[in-house]
Amino acid sequence: MTTAVSARLSSPLARRLGGCLFLALVTAVVTGPDGSNVHPLDGVKNSLLNTRVFGFLVFGLLLFAVTSLSGRTKPIGLTQVRTRLSQAVGQRGTRPTGYLLLLAIAVLVPLQLSPAAQGSLFLDVGIYALLALGLNVVVGYAGLLDLGYIAFYAIGAYTTAYFTSSVINGKVVYPLPVHSPLLLNPFFVFPIAVLIASVAGIILGGPTLRLRGDYLAIVTLGFGEIVQILARNSDPLTNGSRGAFGVPPLSLHIGGFSYTWGQDALPYYYLLLGIVVVVMIAFSRLERSRIGRALAAIREDEVAAEASGVQTLRYKLLAFAIGASTSGFAGVLYATRQFFNPETFSLQASILVLTIVIFGGMGNIFGAVLGAVVLQGLAYILRDPIPLIGFKVPDADRFVYFGAVIMIMMVFRPQGLVPSRRRKREITMSEQGMGSADSLGSGEVSA
Amino acid sequence: MSFVDQFWQLTVTGLLVGAIYAVIALGYTLVYGVLQLINFAHSEVFMLGAFGGLFAVRALLPSGNINALLSVLLVLAGLAFGAASGGLAAFALERTAYRPLRRRGAPRLAYLISAIGASLFASNLAGKEFGRDSVNLPKDLFTYNTEVFSVFGARVSSQDLVVFLVALAMLLILDRVVSGTQLGRGIRAVAQDADTASLMGVNVERVIVRTFVIGGLLAGAGGFLYAMKFNASFTMGFIPGVKAFTAAVLGGIGNVRGAVLGGLVLGLVENYGQFFLGADYTDVVAFMVLVLILLVRPSGLLGERLGRAA
Repeated sequence: MTTAVSARLSSPLARRLGGCLFLALVTAVVTGPDGSNVHPLDGVKNSLLNTRVFGFLVFGLLLFAVTSLSGRTKPIGLTQVRTRLSQAVGQRGTRPTGYLLLLAIAVLVPLQLSPAAQGSLFLDVGIYALLALGLNVVVGYAGLLDLGYIAFYAIGAYTTAYFTSSVINGKVVYPLPVHSPLLLNPFFVFPIAVLIASVAGIILGGPTLRLRGDYLAIVTLGFGEIVQILARNSDPLTNGSRGAFGVPPLSLHIGGFSYTWGQDALPYYYLLLGIVVVVMIAFSRLERSRIGRALAAIREDEVAAEASGVQTLRYKLLAFAIGASTSGFAGVLYATRQFFNPETFSLQASILVLTIVIFGGMGNIFGAVLGAVVLQGLAYILRDPIPLIGFKVPDADRFVYFGAVIMIMMVFRPQGLVPSRRRKREITMSEQGMGSADSLGSGEVSA
Repeated sequence: MSFVDQFWQLTVTGLLVGAIYAVIALGYTLVYGVLQLINFAHSEVFMLGAFGGLFAVRALLPSGNINALLSVLLVLAGLAFGAASGGLAAFALERTAYRPLRRRGAPRLAYLISAIGASLFASNLAGKEFGRDSVNLPKDLFTYNTEVFSVFGARVSSQDLVVFLVALAMLLILDRVVSGTQLGRGIRAVAQDADTASLMGVNVERVIVRTFVIGGLLAGAGGFLYAMKFNASFTMGFIPGVKAFTAAVLGGIGNVRGAVLGGLVLGLVENYGQFFLGADYTDVVAFMVLVLILLVRPSGLLGERLGRAA
């Protein structure tokens, strides 16, 4: 009798039902009221012992119905992998009209937005799109996990603060207690910051990339933390938690022509849009170049790549440095627009960029940008209650949702919103037991 | 105060914190042994254990005076509830963030990322449910900072002694479990070669789940110890988590005794370093140790011993 019951319980259908209902209850708790440390279980109790739980259970049943009716996608056999492989090898034709349309949207839509939304479009969407493009080279192309990515962003921002000064009310203001003997226009800081960030990346990656790949994740995590701690505590250098105030806005002086990016967010946005487009073109060329192919080879099978004469360490280091320098570049841009302090460069920010890359689709340039637009756009919209339901995501809870998004994506759609074809195929192949789809070492996950 | 004057006090604190690191480090090392993966969400298991133990003690706390026996019983209850919450959290973690991926044979990067997602989810949900301020153990549970005895002039309070002894006991028990029981044999077999182990009749799935749960029990109890010494908050897991991982690498990942040694060494180094650099830089010392170890001796002090644990 008990065996019959347990057999029925472990049937795939019953398990899926259980999973769906569990998911519904978790959603009920996540969206439910807060608890407190005085009454730690009240949040859960008020979420579950409330009529609203029935709504969530119905949602769970619906989810069950939908997933059962649509049928599970069958695992793809090897022959299918082969045909997909040949499909993917054929280059996708460029579609200039589609690209122009997207660009037109990116240029025209911001004109219709409120100034607050334009500001957010630059700071939250644009900068993060640029950051995600850089991290995509590391995570998507090279298959390495960098959890201290925002540290290079901090390096870019502090470098800018070191090399610049501004005049406010007739007084010269230096952003940091120490400043360079030679003060520069922020535009000249870009190459310096890129150089410093990539050197930092090489110093950090050099020793760790030789080792097992997942060590890189934890070392970069530590590095990110060190940079933030140093920024916060070395007051004589970084002004500590007071942050750097007085980085001048970007300005251009060529001959008689002079232009300053001022308070308005739109000029910054258009400059950034131009940069993002250039970076997108550059990175898509990078992907198809010798370097990109080498990185793909390392991802798919590091040992085979090494045996075929790919200098794996060098290419991984290169990818890591490219990511770091993009992050440093974004840091300069950020510093010229916005006052910053060490809290800007938190682990959460690194993870946010990672979420964007994964959500959009690892290895896909459009995915990185789309991920930034969708996730950050959602975050912006969710500052106000959702119409009809009247539900508002509290700011403090945002990372609960980001965490859930990351997990759900990894379980159900590891290739992301707009998958890179090659990455998708690699993931499928890895699931069939061919290749590794990342550069984390050849160790296989057991069972 | 010169370093020599402070030496013994720093040593005592170092060993104390190190013992807690060691308890957490075991979870990393065990999971690394069977899956060859860093369990990024282990720090949240630790955090949930701390809350579980703390809330349990608070619920059980009688009004009125607490005598010595009662206080010991309460600490034991806290440890049990902490361990239980940790074990439960680790079980749930394995179910949701690891097993679905393992079924599909996902690439290794996917596990790391999904564990990070789980960690983010768990810690922020804990912040939502338990409040975002740090929580302390009821003050009158221990007569705080009562000097029990002194070692070369270093003060050791009754609470410190409890934390250290309990951690030590857990380490010894785990060592016995891994080296002496059937489950331990299973863990070692899977760590050595999962495919062969499964051919030899080891239920690999079950071993993996139990490894997670054992790691969770330890981390949960460790969390309670940590909360007893310091406090508990939803972000408390991150720093001790990274440090415990450092300890595991320092001792040689996959090596159970290595993790213990690594934890104690790291605790000491960190406390000595703190004396010279100041309290703000305590965490920097630990990360420096991690980078140095990876540079100089990536296999750790006692060497990696995947599958040959203890």
